Parts: sequence; C-alpha cells; structure tokens
Amino acid sequence: MNLRGKSIILHDMSLRDGMHPQRHQLTTDQMVQVSTALDEAGVPMIEVTHGDGLGGASVNYGFPAATDEEYLRAVVPKMKNAKVSALLLPGIGTVDHLRMAHDCGVHTIRVATHCTEADVSEQHIGLGRKMEMDTVGFLMMAHMIEPEPLLEQAKLMESYGANCVYITDSAGYMLPDDVTARVALFREKLKPDTEVGFHGHHNLHMGIANSLAAIEAGAGRIDGSVAGMGAGAGNTPLEVFVAVLHRMGVETGVDMWKLMDVAEDIVYPLMTHKVRVDRDSLTLGYAGVYSSFLLHAKRAAEKYGLKSTDILVELGRLKTVGGQEDMIEDVALTMKKAGAAAE
Amino acid sequence: MTTKVKAAIIGSGNIGTDLLYKALRSEIVEPVWMVGIDPESEGLKRAEELGLKITYDGVKGLEPHIVEDEVKIAWDATSAYVHHSNNDVVKKYGVKMVDLTPAAIGPFCVPPVNLKEMMGRDEQNVNMVTCGGQATIPMVAAVSRVQPVDYAEIIATVASKSAGPGTRKNIDEFTRTTARGVEVVGGAKRGKAIIIINPAEPPLIMRDTIHCLTVDPPEEEQILESAKRMIAEVQKYVPGYTLKNGPVFDGNRVSFFMEVEGLGDFLPKYAGNLDIMTAAGLRTAELIAEEILRAEAA
Repeated sequence: MNLRGKSIILHDMSLRDGMHPQRHQLTTDQMVQVSTALDEAGVPMIEVTHGDGLGGASVNYGFPAATDEEYLRAVVPKMKNAKVSALLLPGIGTVDHLRMAHDCGVHTIRVATHCTEADVSEQHIGLGRKMEMDTVGFLMMAHMIEPEPLLEQAKLMESYGANCVYITDSAGYMLPDDVTARVALFREKLKPDTEVGFHGHHNLHMGIANSLAAIEAGAGRIDGSVAGMGAGAGNTPLEVFVAVLHRMGVETGVDMWKLMDVAEDIVYPLMTHKVRVDRDSLTLGYAGVYSSFLLHAKRAAEKYGLKSTDILVELGRLKTVGGQEDMIEDVALTMKKAGAAAE
Repeated sequence: MTTKVKAAIIGSGNIGTDLLYKALRSEIVEPVWMVGIDPESEGLKRAEELGLKITYDGVKGLEPHIVEDEVKIAWDATSAYVHHSNNDVVKKYGVKMVDLTPAAIGPFCVPPVNLKEMMGRDEQNVNMVTCGGQATIPMVAAVSRVQPVDYAEIIATVASKSAGPGTRKNIDEFTRTTARGVEVVGGAKRGKAIIIINPAEPPLIMRDTIHCLTVDPPEEEQILESAKRMIAEVQKYVPGYTLKNGPVFDGNRVSFFMEVEGLGDFLPKYAGNLDIMTAAGLRTAELIAEEILRAEAA
C-alpha cells in the first residue's frame, strides 16, 4: 500500500467517545489537561461532548460530571491551534444545543444519525452550515447496509449542507474491504469538494488497518483516540496510528513523541475502565453491536446475574441501533424471566 | 340511536386515514369531510368510497361547507407548519379543534390523565402532544399521582417505516413538545424526551421506556397499583398497550418498559406510535361531542 505524500486530518475522540468508558465522568480539569496536551502535540481537531452527543445527559446514557457547555467553555479558549468539534444526535440533542455549542466557539459540528435515517439531520446540518460551521454528517453503524444505499444517505446529508460525510463503524465490525468499498464509492459519487471521513472502533483490532484502507480509498479525515480511549475496545489508537502513518510517509502535522507521552502519562492513568479487547468488546465487534452498549451491558449482567456476552448477542439479534441503551435492561429482564421459567 | 356530532378530518395521510377508520366506528362522532391537498391521495380515495365528502383544496375547500354540513369538530392531522392557519379558518365557525400535530397552540391533552378535567373549560383547541407523549405521559402521571417526581425521562423507539416525513423534518419539535408534556401533564418537575428510529425488518413494535426519579424513595406498592390502573385506562382505547418489563425500582429510579401495538386499522400493527395518537384523538373528540350534545340539550 503506497500512501506516501498524502496529507490527512486526524481527529481525536478521547474527550467524547472516551466519555463512554469513563461513564461520562471526565472533569472539566481533565478535559482541559488532555486537550491542551493534544493541542501541544499538534492534533488538529479535538471532539468535546457527552459521549452520546450534545444533550446526552440522561438516565438512559448517564449524567456527566459537567454540562456540555461547561466542558466547551473550559476547553475552547485554551486551544492554540486545535479546532474543537461537538457531536449531535438528532432525537437526543436539538438545534438549541447546536446554537449553544456555536456560541461557545465550537468550530465543527458533527451530526450523527443511524446509517439509514439521514433525513432526520436536515434541520441540524442546515443550521450548522448557515452558521458557517465546518459541518459534518456522521453515518453510524455503517456496516449494517451496503455501500450503494449508504451513499444515498450520504447524498442527503450533502444536500442539506454537510461539507464532509463520515462512514462510522460504530460496532467495530468492518473489515478493510468493507471500508474500501464504502469510502471509494463516496469518493467517486459525492461532490469533489465534499470530504470523506472514517471513524473506527478497535473491537476486532482493525482500527488501524481499516483507517489505512480508508485513506487509500480517498478519505481525508480519520478519527482516533489517544490511548484508544473510546467506547467498546476504543477507537483507533491515535499515537499508534500516527507512528504507522509517519513510517508510510503520510503527513499528519502531529508530533508522535509528544502524543505518545499524552497517552502514557495523562490518558492511560486517568482511565477508570481500562479500555481493551475483552470478551465483551470482542463480542461487540463480532456481532455488530453498538460499542457504547459495553458498560451498560456489563452492569445489567451483574445486576441480573447474566452473562454480558449473552446480553450483547441478543441486542445484536434484535437489530438494535445506536441510542437504544434502554433496551439493555429491558433485554436483561426478559432473559432473566426466561431463565427463571426454564428452571 | 342519538344524533352524532359531525366532524372533519384535515389531512389525508397515514394518521388522517387511520383516524377515519376508527372514527367510523364511533357511536357519537361522525366524520363527514376529509380534507387533503393531493388529488392522488390514497386517504382521500378511501374516504370517498366510504361516503365522506372530500376536497383536495386544503381547508379552503372545506370552509364554504362548515356551516351547512354542521361540522362541529375538526381533527388536524397535517403538520405543525400549517396548523395555525387551519385552526384560524375553522375557529371562525366555532369548530372545536383536536390538534394531532406538534404545533401545541392549545393545551395538552393525554386522555387517561387530564381529559376529564379539561372538559367544561370549553377549550377551542386541544393538542395531543406527540405519539411518544401519548405512550409515556400516562406512566409518568401514574407515578406523580403517588408521590413527587423530580425528573422524568422517556425514550420512544419507533420503526423507521412509521416515522413520516413531518416527524423527520422537525424531529426537535418531537423532543421539545414531548418533554414539555412530561412536565405539564405528566407532573414531573423536569422532563426529557429521546426518540430513536430503528429500521429493522420486520419492523419493531413501538417501544417506550419511562424513567422517573422520585424526590423521596418510591412507594413501591402504591406505584404498582397506580401503574396497573393507568395501563387499564390506556388499554380501553389502545388494547395493545402493555408493560413488557418493570417497574424496576432502583434507588429513587422507577422504570417501565412498554410496548405499544396498534389495532392495525389502516396502519400496520407495529405502528403503535401512530395508532395511540389516532385513538387518543378520537377519544378526545368523543368527549367534546358529549359536551356539545349536552349543551344542545340544555
């Protein structure tokens, strides 16, 4: 694979996707510490939001240590070069949250929908564009449909005003060929000035291989997390990915040595849940289940005396999508009842 | 048989058409007009076959006939954007409006919770909140009538095929209006609403999760009994309203996991979200009709 001379924008997820393993309990001080260190290391984009996006504070997803506004107002003014992004899932967050984020100085808004439901993003993408933000459409669980129908959804987001569309492997299920097929089709059929991005999860340890495939097929933005801190087995570990890219002659503008220090000295020590491939996160990747379900399933398993892998497999069988965290306790209760009936 | 109160259905889409089938079974309300904007509309064709007068000229087409055809009640099953102007037209003729859009210019109505107390106030316009609101607010109220609820949160999951273009274009309206209904009608101090659209095939039956955080530790026995009564009330007009799991009592959290299966009149059974809306809209109109008949008799 020859990627020499390519230039890629890397986007760190540790302060948004990384909120999942931290049960949304990162403090504003920790956010500032990590983001300034990432900025110092030359990471060009950093996402800061509740794990489930703006407005995610809830019983369903977890109440965070601080509000989105507190996080953003703490981090944004501290950035020397890095741009801050926020995530928004229509159905959870609203345009009011988007206006707040814009007001906090957020540069990039990423509007996320399930891969078949792009038409719920029209209001939010439209407003992001109107406010002249860098506006990104984020198609989650993109493994669940074929490249052609996925492209139709991407075109909707493009038509609403997205200047970049992401293929999001929320379950960490994809293999490199799956990524290549989707990115290449987007690159061929979307407008030439619409950027294409890829967001991976490391549940099958394919984060790096998939991200390389994405770059080769024409993606210009790649998500990762320093120390891999993200949902499931985490996102593509950014410091490792940077090392690989530099070996391959790809421009990132990131100082690898500084970034590995951020991972080792700041992020890894603060992890309350050590992000890794364990049998549960491996199950997510194998069965194609939304990575954020991980800790919720572990808790439900403990509470109801079940196996967390059984819960995750059942959630996959039921074709649950991102945001359906409420189904985890529901499924656990049903399994427990069925178990009791069988005894 | 007593005289029925005549009514018009504005909007010939999925909701309007499903409502038509339900209203035709009513003992007290008689749908006489169906209003659409698309001459090719399936709903208008069916309405005409079923003996209703139809127009595809919007409310303008209905206006000249309101008085001579004695239309006293109208349902609006169009969209929040046009509800204001629809209401302005029928209001001139003293027509009572049951608003099935999320426009919410009139007070919220969730039949098993506040329909009775709303009657007698002679409201011209009442709003049916949202489908998610109809499916969840009764359970919030079932807890808040036992003890104070500091915070209530509902998660409505609907099949992709049952989420129409109106809902999709303005999904924020759903979350805002539902959250407000959870507070105003449900009785929670603070409300939050989340909607998830799931494309699974075969389509999933509407699911609703209701979490209440009570101020003091939950009175489990009383909440159980209150919830049972409330579910029975909803089942009177939506027989497929069922508690799948719960209530779960976890500290100050009380959670219900509901499933809403529709009657399958015009819409498929999985679209319980739409069915509970039309059923609630009809039930509301029936109570308004009783009021009208009582006033006429007096």
